[in-house]
Amino acid sequence: MRGKTVIAGIGNTVFGKLPGRSTLSMNVEAIRKALADAGIDKGLVDGLFVKFPTSKFEMMYGQKLAETIGIVPRIGGVWDQGGASNISMIGYAAMAIEAGQCDIALVCLADNPATGSRQAYEKAWGDDGVYGWFGTPAGYAMVARRHMGEFGTTSDQLGAIAVACRKHGAANPNAQLRKPLTLDQYRESRLIAAPLRRDDCCLVSDGGAAVIVMSAHRAKELGVAKPVPVLGFGQGQTSWEVALRADLTTTAATLSAQTAFRMAGLSPKDIDVAQIYDCFTIAALMTLESYGFCQKGEGGKFVEDGCIEIGGDLPINTAGGLLSETGMPGLQLVIEGVRQMRGDSVNQVKGARTCAVSNQGGIMHTHSTLILGH
Amino acid sequence: MDKKMEKTSTAVSVPAPERDALNAPYWDGLARGILTFQRCNSCGHAWLPPRGDCPGCLSADCVWESAAGGAKLISWVVYHVAFHPAFANRLPYNVAVVELDEGPRLISNVVGVEDAETLKIDQRLQLVIEDEGVTAVARFAPA
Repeated sequence: MRGKTVIAGIGNTVFGKLPGRSTLSMNVEAIRKALADAGIDKGLVDGLFVKFPTSKFEMMYGQKLAETIGIVPRIGGVWDQGGASNISMIGYAAMAIEAGQCDIALVCLADNPATGSRQAYEKAWGDDGVYGWFGTPAGYAMVARRHMGEFGTTSDQLGAIAVACRKHGAANPNAQLRKPLTLDQYRESRLIAAPLRRDDCCLVSDGGAAVIVMSAHRAKELGVAKPVPVLGFGQGQTSWEVALRADLTTTAATLSAQTAFRMAGLSPKDIDVAQIYDCFTIAALMTLESYGFCQKGEGGKFVEDGCIEIGGDLPINTAGGLLSETGMPGLQLVIEGVRQMRGDSVNQVKGARTCAVSNQGGIMHTHSTLILGH
Repeated sequence: MDKKMEKTSTAVSVPAPERDALNAPYWDGLARGILTFQRCNSCGHAWLPPRGDCPGCLSADCVWESAAGGAKLISWVVYHVAFHPAFANRLPYNVAVVELDEGPRLISNVVGVEDAETLKIDQRLQLVIEDEGVTAVARFAPA
């Protein structure tokens, strides 16, 4: 599969608060831009893979979107792995194309938790609401505390991730939060669910994004201007709820990355730039460990001293990530990976020829990995 | 922390568990002062929260057992923001993942500790069943 499919087009809305915009309308805008970027007509699209919007349940949402954009796809529908859905859907699209099930696929998401409902991120965890167990931030805080206890990871080390992402986002004109952050400011950031602070938590954002997947051969036929090859992809599922997970500091991100690296014929040392899902700083830190960019337990040391900033050994989240560009769950990281491989990121890593992208969902329940090439 | 909890329970109640046929023995057990968990008669696996089938071997043949009360602290968080009005005047309050000596893990609170930031992972805990108004709950104190 290595290099057989490409990302042929990318598109997204502005990020932030978009009051009054439906998820359908944001999806349409992102799709319109992705089609224009690829230089193809919507009539060629025969696969439609859509991430479930968390802010509102709508049955048969994939079909509603197909109708809204006036296409009749051969295959498609809604996929729900939380934030891991996007890269997983790119993988399914690539496999569907390879298996002759469709020719050109759209992968997209839109959501409006900023101006619509953010209930999905703040609700009680079932009957454990009686103990005050609420919200996504506390789930990650539970993992972070264990990581700190087992490996001596510090709050400042988590802060280094926030500082890096905010620095990169400050240079991105489309970032929702363009205010850089110092480590001192991070230390003063208010506690939400200790040990996590406000600046450990991603933004809450409205927005939409879309990418177009097709075979490298088809992209050449259609004269696509800037196709970016998909070198590898993979998934892993940690599955168990935080309370029941046998080992809180081990996730299936490791399996996901191994699968993707094997397909790509690459190892972590071959990666020039990475977009690491940073819904919470601890998620990014543990993903760097799981992917093998450093040893398990050494993520804290790895992210210190600018290693993950532009100019460092492994720049991450070069458009700002979920902490700065948009809290939208994941596809923006793929889009920034594509920009890096095309050479037109606002924080371009000079000579970058490989980019690893991670997506994950729930409290590290689901994970997917994408490796892009030049 | 206990005094604060009494105060809030008269104002806004904490969300009550949704009782059903499957979990009724668990909540009834706590009301009688016993923390129970399920064990599979087929493979011996033990678990919480209540399920109809063993997640190990998928057998539906399981029984309720009483926990002795010994446990250890897997991890904990301290809320500084309330996600539900019933917890607003308990801030800061902790929520913990606790592992019973018998194996099952559960969400709980650590009581009898002045500053939850001084807790340590894997430290020993002892069961303390308390009345939360809407139900009895299983909390734990440092052993």
